[in-house]
Amino acid sequence: MATYTLNINGKKQEVDVDPSTPILWVLRDHLNLVGTKYGCGIAQCGACTIHLDGKATRSCVLTVSSIGEQKITTIEGLSEKGDHPVQKAWLEVDVPQCGYCQAGQIMTASALLETNPTPTDEEIETAMNGNICRCGTYLRIRKAVKMAAKS
Amino acid sequence: MTLVKTKIGRRAFIRNTGLAGGGLVLGFNWLASCKMTPEQVRSLPKEWFELNGFLKVGDNGLVTIMSPNPEIGQNVKTAMPMIIAEELDVAWKDVIVEQAPLNTAIFTRQLAGGSQSIRQGWESLRMAGATARHMLKEAAAEAWQVPSSEITTKEGQLIHEASGKSAGFGEMASAATGIEVPEEVELKENTNFSIIGTDIKNVDGEKIATGKPLFGLDVYREGMLTAMIVHPPAFGMKYKAMNADSVKSMPGIKDVFHFEVYPEDTEKQWSDGGGIPELVAIVGNSTWECMQAKKALEVEWEEDSKLESTAYHDEALTALLEKATEQPARKDGDVEAAFKKAAKIVESTYSAPYLAHNTMEPMNFFAHVTPEKAELLGPIQTPEFLELTLASRLGMPVEKIDVMMTRMGGGFGRRLYGTFAVEAAVISQKMNAPVKLVYTREDDMTQGTYRPAYKIKYKAGLDENGNLIAWHVRGAGTNDDLVFENRFPAGAVDNYLAEKHSLQTNVTTGAWRAPRSNFIAGAEQAFMDEVAEASGKDPIEFRLELFDRAINNPVGEPDKNDYDPERYAGVLKLVKEKSNWGAANGKSRGVSAYFCHNSYVAQVLDLEDGDGIPRVDKVWCAVDCGIVINPMSAKNQVEGGIVDGIGHATYSALSFKDGKPEQSNFDRYRLIRNTEAPREIETFFVDNGIDPTGLGEPSLPPIVGALANALYKATGRRHYSQPFINERPPLVG
Ligand code: FES
Ligand code: FES
Repeated sequence: MATYTLNINGKKQEVDVDPSTPILWVLRDHLNLVGTKYGCGIAQCGACTIHLDGKATRSCVLTVSSIGEQKITTIEGLSEKGDHPVQKAWLEVDVPQCGYCQAGQIMTASALLETNPTPTDEEIETAMNGNICRCGTYLRIRKAVKMAAKS
Repeated sequence: MTLVKTKIGRRAFIRNTGLAGGGLVLGFNWLASCKMTPEQVRSLPKEWFELNGFLKVGDNGLVTIMSPNPEIGQNVKTAMPMIIAEELDVAWKDVIVEQAPLNTAIFTRQLAGGSQSIRQGWESLRMAGATARHMLKEAAAEAWQVPSSEITTKEGQLIHEASGKSAGFGEMASAATGIEVPEEVELKENTNFSIIGTDIKNVDGEKIATGKPLFGLDVYREGMLTAMIVHPPAFGMKYKAMNADSVKSMPGIKDVFHFEVYPEDTEKQWSDGGGIPELVAIVGNSTWECMQAKKALEVEWEEDSKLESTAYHDEALTALLEKATEQPARKDGDVEAAFKKAAKIVESTYSAPYLAHNTMEPMNFFAHVTPEKAELLGPIQTPEFLELTLASRLGMPVEKIDVMMTRMGGGFGRRLYGTFAVEAAVISQKMNAPVKLVYTREDDMTQGTYRPAYKIKYKAGLDENGNLIAWHVRGAGTNDDLVFENRFPAGAVDNYLAEKHSLQTNVTTGAWRAPRSNFIAGAEQAFMDEVAEASGKDPIEFRLELFDRAINNPVGEPDKNDYDPERYAGVLKLVKEKSNWGAANGKSRGVSAYFCHNSYVAQVLDLEDGDGIPRVDKVWCAVDCGIVINPMSAKNQVEGGIVDGIGHATYSALSFKDGKPEQSNFDRYRLIRNTEAPREIETFFVDNGIDPTGLGEPSLPPIVGALANALYKATGRRHYSQPFINERPPLVG
């Protein structure tokens, strides 16, 4: 066990966990931030996507000991009122089915638009390719990303 | 005017005055604080009046509607309350939706499966809304001393035009609780619908987009422990021994023990499916600590029955296809005689592997079992049956068991089988503590309950004019006999023979989105394409001729055929028109149509031509599921089914070596991804005013046929064996 001070959603948070613990489980089990989801644990599905210094990152393979000063943003901290352009587009297009993968999709999409505000269709598909949606909402995901890019 | 008797689910209308006073007594409402929009919270009524089990009206006109059925992504949590709201005649913006507690005395069928929620709930949901509206009208009539027949309603308002009086539902709600439940109530005419048929957004949409706790895996409770299971590594093995001592002393670990999930005297329900009888449990403080212990634990297993491999399943299924069954499932005319005189014979065999459900949210459940009561909370498609198993397994009366439903991160049939919830309860009972059982992805993918592996052989005979004169189908599946003998083309061909075999194996199987149809539709519709080609006819015309036959002069006893040929032909004609079938568009096109779960679907799929990987460019989809409750979300279901069908047929497979699944996570088990999904899907609904049928499944099965037929056009080769990615030489990358 070791103590870490993490910068999560603009707040300093202290946790006492094993150094090998992935951030995913620190968020979910220790900090009550359950919006970040577990899907595979091996960086294959994207359900656990967070922003690490603004970059889309798989939190299931990111150990707490590797974070240091880097800033973590989770779905809960993407916007204060749930009104990030990507979130708004997600509601407008009514993307979700079961909804489980969607936090990860939104985090990947918002990081994409941060670095590339006007992605082409190909760039959207490629950027979103790491996020599995078992319900098959891919077409609506693309549409929502495009809508958010325009706004 | 449509009048319905209120007697169906009449217990729903026995009012409990104890409840009339308040929403606060609703103990199941564990997420109450995030179930409403901010405006609704601001304007929360002081008092709620329960008019029946499905709804409460607040003194300010706000209405809470219970969504009775489990939500697995099929969006019933929005659609079912829409139906109630329609008949109640309240504005949708004034509606709060809550997941109902398990109470089948009120809500009757609380099960998600077979695409039946809307179809089977249609009448009782309408009745619940209409009855409440009736009672509000009666209350207003008494208050205003006017005949209730002169009172009309609109968007939560009661109006008496002649006297100019009007009142909101909230003002009459208290008085309405004293009105007698009517013997029968009037339902709206379809043409007067103002909520049904409109695009209403997912009621949980905001919570999903902001990461609020909604799912079973998100349940955290004071003092809660985390539990994981270790199951045998191979089908055909069982627990022998373990050395748990070193693991027990690992950080955060509370206990490690072997346990029987289903001792012999347990009264199991069908929903216990292929539950593994004995497991090892690891219980600890946190998920990561349990995962670490799971890796470190060494368990000894022993062989219990045959260790089967995919090669064995293949051979055994192939052997069955060579064997006639003792009793055919259906026989019309004489296929053998017809084949003898046929001008042309077409024969093909199709196959598909085992599939895992792979819901994005792995299996999990929260349980808190004490000597006094058992409280369970989690993702389950069959809560009612779970209670019965728990009563037997825990040795408790059903009344002391409370199963509550969370939103589910996918179901696809897997959560019909609540074995994981039983495991959670047993572990909690043993630990005497609240426990959340969590499957790792690997546990989830390798524990069984799979879509069976299938093989099917078709033989068709054509006369010299290209007319279908004989059809013989023989199918086999693992623990499943596959063939629906009374579905198309049964009834449309004079000489017809259907035979079905099942291969008993120890690899457990269960319902997987559109059971059997998910394979047989693709095989049948691909074969139909081959037969149409041999006949020299256009594939749509060839099918329409068969439907004509089934309409005008059906073969076999009347009513024996499962389908309505006019509705079937209707979707095919619609997709033909919409896709501009027959006009060259530079794409490789395939067509397919299928009927299952009471709904009809026809699809045209276009593959991009050119070098390299054929990509699905566009799918046109015509659907006849009767009245569409919520077109926006109905289209979402259709799109999802199409992506799912294309994905599994192209990429997915679960194979076995000596009883052990060879894929255990998404690195080796391939699921369709964004770049592989169609560029575009366009959906058209037949507008016929018929009572609604299901939509969670029907768009999946036929798409596999449309894809196979388009691939033939693109590559010149027929595709017989799923996943198509494994066809040699490779087709798609
Ligand atoms: S849970 Fe991290 S990528 Fe799947
Ligand atoms: S919405 Fe269900 S997994 Fe994406």
